[in-house]
This record gives sequence, structure tokens and C-alpha cells, in this order.
Amino acid sequence: MKDVEFKILTNEPLTGDIFKMTLDGDTSDIKRPGQFVEISIPGRYLRRPISVCDWSDNKLTLIYKVVGEGTEDLSYMEPGEYISALTGLGNGYDLKRIPKNPVIAGGGVGVPPMYALAKELKKMGITPYVALGFNTKDDVFYEAEFKALGVPVNVATVDGSYGAKGFVTDIIGDHDYALCCGPEPMLKAVYNVVKDGQFSFEARMGCGFGACMGCSKKTKTGFKRVCKDGPIFMMEEIAW
Amino acid sequence: MVDITTELSGIKLSNPVIPASGTFGFGKEYKDLYDLNILGSISFKGTTVEERYGNELPRIAECYQGMINSVGLQNPGMEAVIREEIPELAKHYHKPLIANISGFSVPEYVKLAEAMSEVPEVGILEVNVSCPNVHGGGMAFGTSALNVAEVTREVKKVAKKPVYIKLSPNVTDIVSIAKAAEAAGADGLALINTLLGMRIDIRRRQPVIANKMGGFSGPAIFPVAVRMVYQVSKAVNIPVIGMGGVSSARDVVEMMMAGASAVEVGAANLVDPFACKKIIEDLPELLKELKIEKISDIIGCVE
Repeated sequence: MKDVEFKILTNEPLTGDIFKMTLDGDTSDIKRPGQFVEISIPGRYLRRPISVCDWSDNKLTLIYKVVGEGTEDLSYMEPGEYISALTGLGNGYDLKRIPKNPVIAGGGVGVPPMYALAKELKKMGITPYVALGFNTKDDVFYEAEFKALGVPVNVATVDGSYGAKGFVTDIIGDHDYALCCGPEPMLKAVYNVVKDGQFSFEARMGCGFGACMGCSKKTKTGFKRVCKDGPIFMMEEIAW
Repeated sequence: MVDITTELSGIKLSNPVIPASGTFGFGKEYKDLYDLNILGSISFKGTTVEERYGNELPRIAECYQGMINSVGLQNPGMEAVIREEIPELAKHYHKPLIANISGFSVPEYVKLAEAMSEVPEVGILEVNVSCPNVHGGGMAFGTSALNVAEVTREVKKVAKKPVYIKLSPNVTDIVSIAKAAEAAGADGLALINTLLGMRIDIRRRQPVIANKMGGFSGPAIFPVAVRMVYQVSKAVNIPVIGMGGVSSARDVVEMMMAGASAVEVGAANLVDPFACKKIIEDLPELLKELKIEKISDIIGCVE
């Protein structure tokens, strides 16, 4: 974990409430896709956990949803302003466990971390099949970015206004191994139709680095902290 | 060269800064960030006789300049703490620890005090009679002078380390409770625990945290803490560990001027994991600026 001062390069909406922010600063503590950062928003006491969408040397891409006052403040921040973030938080996906033909299943604001994951898998010679789920056509983002990685992408919307009508589970086909991030009902639905996989959970956190026990979760292997022992949990340890 | 050392019941501290129980676990998450040995002491995660998962999620709500937590004393239980957590922490921290203990009955407090007294790394027992997040324990004891006196008396009978009673601010008269603890034999006091608070999600028309209410901490409660430390320290003749929203070296000095012999830092660790380190580093410079040669000289200097 590092406390890094980042300079905002861009901060633009992708949809009505989804924003993409690119930042300049030390990313050396970010090691695996699926990890997150904790952003300090001026005037707000607790930091906000936001998943890493992409990173390279000194460049960090975050995609966040405006869900409350803090993220609303964040959406008004301008290029050139600085924000502090704790980086390298969470376990990230266990890349060694991923077999040849995985499906990446992302739902809503759970889609962003899957971009870095797909990119990393491509580098490892694995071509994941990407299934993205949204509520409606206006909510869809990052389809083209995934396609540009050279991976097959399919989109489902709940109301059928774009792509297939239905949920992510309707478009994941007969893949056995899922890498999944999204709202909990979606995680559970995917969990029920695959044989194995890794699932990223959300939680209201206090610290984000394992100290406060604010985001504990019961698993088959004991009490785990979503922020520190997760946010990625292996299928065999998840207890619903 | 300014002197930032202080003392609690004969135990010399290299400085008054102590991470508060529940915000520092057993040091694991901080040991790679900085050398823990710079800390005056460490008050480790509140320990109960049995292992506890704690309360349902969500356990955290944000407030203006603060937060509410309703963790509910999640901890691996006394035996695992003594067998695993303390030895692990002792590898990285070589000074006396503060053992924060919480019971659900007087015999449980006694059991915890007996067990922690046998741990060589423990220097002080911090008896938590003020956790707002568990039913039938913690604060239920801390809100009654009679109960506080009983817990204190029974714990003192078995304790082989100084006993500090951690007081709840959720009372009509904290001074009378502090005096009851002193009269029952307490070696010191620690205050304040969190204030009972609540937030409501106005869209869902539901409390933000699952347990409805929780402990309010952070800079927003600092003035309440200073006031209570001031009132209590003037009324008793035993040392007081001051806490509640302390976030800077200035806050440490203010808390000590109010009457604290040492100061715990809580919520600040959660928003800035380097908070204690920064405060300790800032202290000498601030003391120089204030023309204070010896930090212990300012304890309770405000009349």
C-alpha cells in the first residue's frame, strides 16, 4: 500500500452517472487486476474505494459511478487538481488459477476492473470471452474498448434496448470458469451456472486496508475482510 | 531538544501517541508502513472471551468530519489473541502493550483480566465498559456508576497490571462514573469511547448501518472529548488517557492540556494509515513553537 498524490488528467462522463478519470502518479504498488484504490475526496471524511480499470507506469484509469455526495464531488473535480489515493489495495484476481477459456462477466459499475483483467489475460495468451450486462442502452460503456483488445464481447441489457435482452447469465454460454464483478444478485446468478471461478464483492468500507473490520464477510473458510482478504473470493470459499 | 516522553502508572512512554483499540487491529496492517516502535504504546483490538464475528453489514456510515462504526467487537477471542496475535505483534513491537478487554458479565471481565495479566507483553489493561455496539455488555456496564465500580473492583482483585477503565461518553454525568471507578481502585481512566450515533438513508428510509446505531468518532467529536477529559481529570487523582477525534499534533497538545497523560488516536488511522507517524514527527516542532520543553509539563495545565 502506498499513499500517492495523483494529478487529474481527465474526468469525463461515459454515461449519465458513470465517469472516467485518468490520473498521473505513482502506480508501482498496483500489482494485479481486480485491486482497488481508496480516494480521498476533499471535504469528505472517509476515502472512497474505487476499482482500478487500467494502469501503466504513472498512469491510472478509474471508472466510477456517482452514487452519493462524495462521488458527486469527485465528478466535479477538474484536470490539474490533485487527489490522494491509497494504492495497491485488495488481493486482485489470482491469474495463475485461470484456465484457457474463461468468461469475464461484468455488470454495471462492475465492468471497469474487468478491462485490466482482459488485457492481462491477453498478455498471458488467454483470450477470455467477455459478457457485459447493463440495465439499458444508455448505461452501456466500454464495449468498444474491450473489442479493441481483440476479445469477443457480448452485451446484454435488462430491457433489451441494446444487445441481447436479459442478464449476463443469458449470454455467458456454456463456459465453466467465470471471472465476475457486479452487484451481488448478479454474482450469485453467475455462481449458480458455472463450475468454478473468482468473484469480486463490494462492501461499504471504513479503512480499505484491513484494519477496522468494517467490511467482514462470512466465508466457508472463516471471517474474511472484503477489503484485504478480498475483494476477490474463490468460488469454493463463498458462502451466500 | 524537547522531551516528548510521558508516563502511565510507572510505565514510561517514548511519546504520548497510542493507536486506539479497534483502529489498529493487532498492528499487522501497519507494520509494513512504518516502524511500529515509534509508537508510545498500542491499544490492540478489543478482545472478548469467545471469538466474535460482530454485527451484520453495513457497519460503517460517514458523517461530517467523522464516521459511525458498528463493528460489534469482531475478534478471534482471548485464547487466539494470546496464542497468535500478541506473539505476532511482539515480533514487530517491543514495548508494553495496552490490552483492551470487553466482557458481557463481571466474571468475563475477571477472566480476561486474569488471562491478560499473565501475558508479559501487556503493560496495561484497558477495561472497555463502554462499547456501544454490543447488546447486554460493554456500554450497559459503563452507563451505571454501580456497575462500573463492581467491574473495577472485581478486575482489580485479579489484575497484575495497572487497570484503566475506558469510559462511555453516553452518560448524564461522566464525572460521577469516573469517580466511582477511581474509588473502586482503578489505576487510570481512558476516555472517551465513541458517541452513540445514527444516520438514515433518506432514499431508502432506512438506517445506513444494519445495527441502526453505532459509535460516532472522528474530528467532529474532539471538542466533546476535550471537555470530558478536562472535567474528569480535574475530578480524579489517577492518570487519564485522552481520546476522541485526535488527528494532529495540535490535538495531542490540546488533549494533554485538558488533562490527558497520554493520547489515543483512533479514526484518523483509518483515513490516513500514516496518521500516528505524522503526529509523532510533528510533535517536537510544535512543542518548540509553543516553547514547551517537556510535554509532561503541560498535562492538565489549563485551570
